[in-house]
Amino acid sequence: MAAKKATKKPNVSGEELKEYYREMLLIRRFEEKAGQLYGMGLIGGFCHLYIGQEAVVVGLEAAAEEGDKRLTSYRDHGHMLACGMDPNGVMAELTGREGGYSKGKGGSMHMFSSEKHFYGGHGIVGAQVPIGAGLAFSDKYKKNNSVTFTYFGDGAANQGQVYETFNMAALWDLPVIFVIENNQYAMGTAQQRSTSSPDIYVRGEAFGIPGEIVDGMDVLAVKEAGEKAVMHCRAGKGPYILEVKTYRYRGHSMSDPAKYRTREEVQRVREERDPIERVREMLLTGKHASEEDLKAIDKDIKKIVNESAEFAKSSPEPAVSELYTDILA
Amino acid sequence: MAIEILMPALSPTMEEGTLAKWLVKAGDTVSSGDIIAEIETDKATMEFEAVDEGVIGHILVPEGTENVKVNVAIATLLEDGEEAGAAPAPSAATEAPAPAAEPAPATPAAVSEAVPVMNLAPDWPEGTELKQQTVREALRDAMAEEMRSNEDVFLMGEEVAEYQGAYKISQGMLDEFGSQRVIDTPITEHGFAGIAVGAAFGGLNPIVEFMTFNFAMQAIDQIINSAAKTLYMSGGQMGCPIVFRGPNGAAARVGAQHSQDYAAWYAQIPGLKVVMPYSASDAKGLLKSAIRDPNPVIFLENEILYGRSFDVPVLDDFTVEIGKARVWREGEDVTLVSFGIGMQYALEAADRLAEDGISAEVIDLRSLRPIDYDTVLASVMKTNRCVTVEEGFPVGSIGNHLSATIMERAFDYLDAPVINCAGKDVPMPYAANLEKLALVTTDEVVAAVKQVTYR
Ligand SMILES: Cc1ncc(C[n+]2csc(CCOP(=O)(O)OP(=O)(O)O)c2C)c(N)n1
Ligand SMILES: [Mg+2]
Repeated sequence: MAAKKATKKPNVSGEELKEYYREMLLIRRFEEKAGQLYGMGLIGGFCHLYIGQEAVVVGLEAAAEEGDKRLTSYRDHGHMLACGMDPNGVMAELTGREGGYSKGKGGSMHMFSSEKHFYGGHGIVGAQVPIGAGLAFSDKYKKNNSVTFTYFGDGAANQGQVYETFNMAALWDLPVIFVIENNQYAMGTAQQRSTSSPDIYVRGEAFGIPGEIVDGMDVLAVKEAGEKAVMHCRAGKGPYILEVKTYRYRGHSMSDPAKYRTREEVQRVREERDPIERVREMLLTGKHASEEDLKAIDKDIKKIVNESAEFAKSSPEPAVSELYTDILA
Repeated sequence: MAIEILMPALSPTMEEGTLAKWLVKAGDTVSSGDIIAEIETDKATMEFEAVDEGVIGHILVPEGTENVKVNVAIATLLEDGEEAGAAPAPSAATEAPAPAAEPAPATPAAVSEAVPVMNLAPDWPEGTELKQQTVREALRDAMAEEMRSNEDVFLMGEEVAEYQGAYKISQGMLDEFGSQRVIDTPITEHGFAGIAVGAAFGGLNPIVEFMTFNFAMQAIDQIINSAAKTLYMSGGQMGCPIVFRGPNGAAARVGAQHSQDYAAWYAQIPGLKVVMPYSASDAKGLLKSAIRDPNPVIFLENEILYGRSFDVPVLDDFTVEIGKARVWREGEDVTLVSFGIGMQYALEAADRLAEDGISAEVIDLRSLRPIDYDTVLASVMKTNRCVTVEEGFPVGSIGNHLSATIMERAFDYLDAPVINCAGKDVPMPYAANLEKLALVTTDEVVAAVKQVTYR
């Protein structure tokens, strides 16, 4: 099935478009900075960058409302920024400092914000999927009319617990949107080497869960699909699957040389499908913004990101007494 | 002879019940499957069916009787030609003889009465040529050698083939053995662990690589319920010759979900063998033994050790027996027992203690199931003091178990309580300073030794 394009005339204003540009750019610049800090030894362990996939979270967050929940894997920085978490707190968690969202105790893969209804940051591939359905269960139980965006990768889509979850989510009509961020690789394994069916969303059919493929490099297409899925869930019709075709430009994590694909392949996506460039062009050709306006946005973003890096460097390490706190409530 | 109908046991735990109602009377003809009575257990009222055909002779226990013991005769059934109402057989309880309460035999290894003897046998003959090799290379060589000599050995796991291993352990193996025998799996640990167990039942010798043992938690049901228990459950017919291997324990700064040491978990399970090498020669020799072993072997590696070099003997077929400890350093004043990366702290501590005039004997368990108790006990009987060192959580640790064993078998030899140095009782923090504190340190080992030697 071909990815759905956004309907020809986007019903978004220039202001909205500018906002998506800003948000995507924030994620990209933030991730580039995180990559730098990793190179300087300020960030340790695993660090999975979201560069290339920005339109997915930004488009879906545009379809979300206050009270909606979200959770994802270890590739989580973009999701946190897109749902409005503070870049300083995210960056300081990456450096393992007191000012981080988890006081430095979680790290890149494990961050949470109850304020923004961000439920992690999960290091075990696939584990967030039933948890997302559980959050949706709590919403249905409490008659909240909220939905839960449960993000996972094309690799995660092969875990057994995903299908146990599909069954129960459909059985109980849970208001959960399963967002498969299909960036075509699970670490070094191309999707067709791990997945028996060419499309993943079709697996929902067996459980009676509707779904579709979405062009994840087009923020408006993602938003449109997101709105449709959200409507389905809020109408009490149960879960929905969005298989969002996207691409990660960097290696799986900072230590992955990414020899399993050609440089040309990456370059082609960057040149032809970049989600930020696409919006930039729309802004300019639609005369929603001038080059100057965009420069001003760039400058503004750079400032936010630099400040977050400064904060992340200067925030102290957690107090030694933190070692034994937060183990039991 | 009349057949006795006995009070049935209607649940695994039922010892007695109420005979609520008879649905037949003397003289009635019954055939098998007829419901003859209702019996109340503590949980439910059950219908009781006749098993044999015949005519009910006597009702021995009237309905409404409570506390009727299981296996007491409650009625008689007449066979052809016998007459109803004939003298009832004495209704003495024909209780099945209670099984004599035989004590379970003691665990052979843990409570042997023999005087323990230390394993001081060298792993290779004196004069053998040695080469420096990393643990990573040693593991690869072990797998490759075994795959060359046994067609039934194959490797499966995430990124083991085309990517050459997430930690590059299987470098070059796809090229040499092809994709039939070096198999990339999807990220489906529970599924592929189960498939490997089935392949082992089917006569193959799988090596399953977990990208790290943290992810083997997804598969632990297949490892324990299927791989470890089948030999026993099948009365010895069918075993599971399989190796589950991969990095275990803390790497560096990878946080709570990627840093756990599972040594004590797996070491608890009968039906498994568990190995956790420190050096490259042990990695190689033990992995070759593990692949040949007819049992499921959990082979716990360590990411930080992969790049370390050690002497490895240049031999055509070098193996190390599972279940034998290695004495790295002989000493008089205290026994340090460790395994895996814990050895690093134990050996460093021994160096530092030597400067203070304390002579430590350092034992590398290498195998955690079976454990070489004799080597540990013989050493403790000589030094009279013991400190254990491991990276895992402190509660229910290997050190705890050794302490208990030493207390049982060498209590009179001890001059001080055994101290267990372990990881802290917290999920692994990400922050650099907290992570250091959460791990066991050489300082802690030195301090523990000073404590048990009263210095
Ligand atoms: C249960 C489990 N197995 C293996 C891993 C190691 N691992 C981390 S990410 C990853 C690839 C996941 O790919 P995908 O789901 O496509 O997400 P992406 O990284 O592309 O966002 C693997 C194998 C893990 N974290 N958890
Ligand atoms: Mg992927």
